[in-house]
Amino acid sequence: MGARVRIPTPLRRFTGGAEEVSADGVTIAAVVDNLEQRHPGLKERLCDEAGKVRRFVNIFVNGDDIRFLNNLETTIKDGDEVSIVPAIAGG
Amino acid sequence: MSSVPSVLHLVGNTPLFELTKVTAGLSPQVRVFTKLEGFNPGGSVKDRAALKMVSEGLRTGALTPGKTIIDSTSGNTGIALALVGAVLGYPVELVIPENVSIERKKIIAAYGAKMIFSSPFEGSDGAMRMCRQILHEAPERYFKPDQYFNTANPQAHYETTGPEIWRQTQGQVTHFVAGIGTSGTIMGTSRYLKEQNPQIQIIAVEPDDAFHGLEGLKHMASSIVPGIYHEGELDRKIPVGTEEAYETVYRIGREEGILVGQSSGAALWASLKLAREIESGVIVTLFPDFGDKYLSTNLWVGWKEFDKKQERV
Repeated sequence: MGARVRIPTPLRRFTGGAEEVSADGVTIAAVVDNLEQRHPGLKERLCDEAGKVRRFVNIFVNGDDIRFLNNLETTIKDGDEVSIVPAIAGG
Repeated sequence: MSSVPSVLHLVGNTPLFELTKVTAGLSPQVRVFTKLEGFNPGGSVKDRAALKMVSEGLRTGALTPGKTIIDSTSGNTGIALALVGAVLGYPVELVIPENVSIERKKIIAAYGAKMIFSSPFEGSDGAMRMCRQILHEAPERYFKPDQYFNTANPQAHYETTGPEIWRQTQGQVTHFVAGIGTSGTIMGTSRYLKEQNPQIQIIAVEPDDAFHGLEGLKHMASSIVPGIYHEGELDRKIPVGTEEAYETVYRIGREEGILVGQSSGAALWASLKLAREIESGVIVTLFPDFGDKYLSTNLWVGWKEFDKKQERV
């Protein structure tokens, strides 16, 4: 099962500059683990030591915030679009 | 009768507030003060820069009737430009990352400005690039204050924020601590203060990582560096983590009775770190705005965890 994951600018240094990468997994948790295997360093940015999504990180599945779905257990279907959106910097 | 002729006359001259609760345990010779910039009419420190940049545009003839004011912004500058434009009768268009808080969008709309949304994935740098593109297509239609490159931005702080701090502390300020967004506040204020007393230390606050939750602050190493930013004029930078800044926001609310945004939390966290390192001094920081614009943001996601943590302590 594969999702398309949109990567925000501040995290593209982990993806070799790619704006979108693919990752496998049937849940967001599995997608995040798979992202970590493919792009080491990403998971630590997204999740805290306890494995929970950091508060300032927003993850959307096809435009819906996972906080209003099933958080990390939100299920992913083939071809779903997962977006990672940061807070806004500067002026 | 005593009255104010225009809301623009209410920009600046904000109160200097002494923090006396969150500073418990510090050396008694260390005092920590903050400028409460939320008292500006547009609700943030950005009123100072917006007013100065537009006034300079009018003075130099870069802004003339018929033109539209346009800029890219993460929010507060947009609110400030929308307010100044409304008062002076100039239309305002703002390029804003789509994911800015709903409160900001509504405030900007209330002042009658038009918003153009840029990609939420590319943050304020994406908005900056999109704004350049719009300007490139019809340069004659617009006046772009260009807050990241306009020297009137730091000049506003050289002329107002710096002198206010000097006067309000009766020249006793020893350290000035401020976050960097465009860097206008810290650049202009520090120039004035250093002229009065070159020993005053200037400390910039920045997010500890490129990927952070400190809306309004810039991680310089990974961003388009503003033209007005001169790192050599800083004495020191203190990196701040998002969680630490958020928790400081909660403390400021509960202990001092002031509800602020995440950039104020970061500024105070850095100020307190500095305060613990010195034996004596007068630290002045700046709270860029109040917190009502951030109630719908991640700042208040999961904050009850903080409550529980406090109870365990």
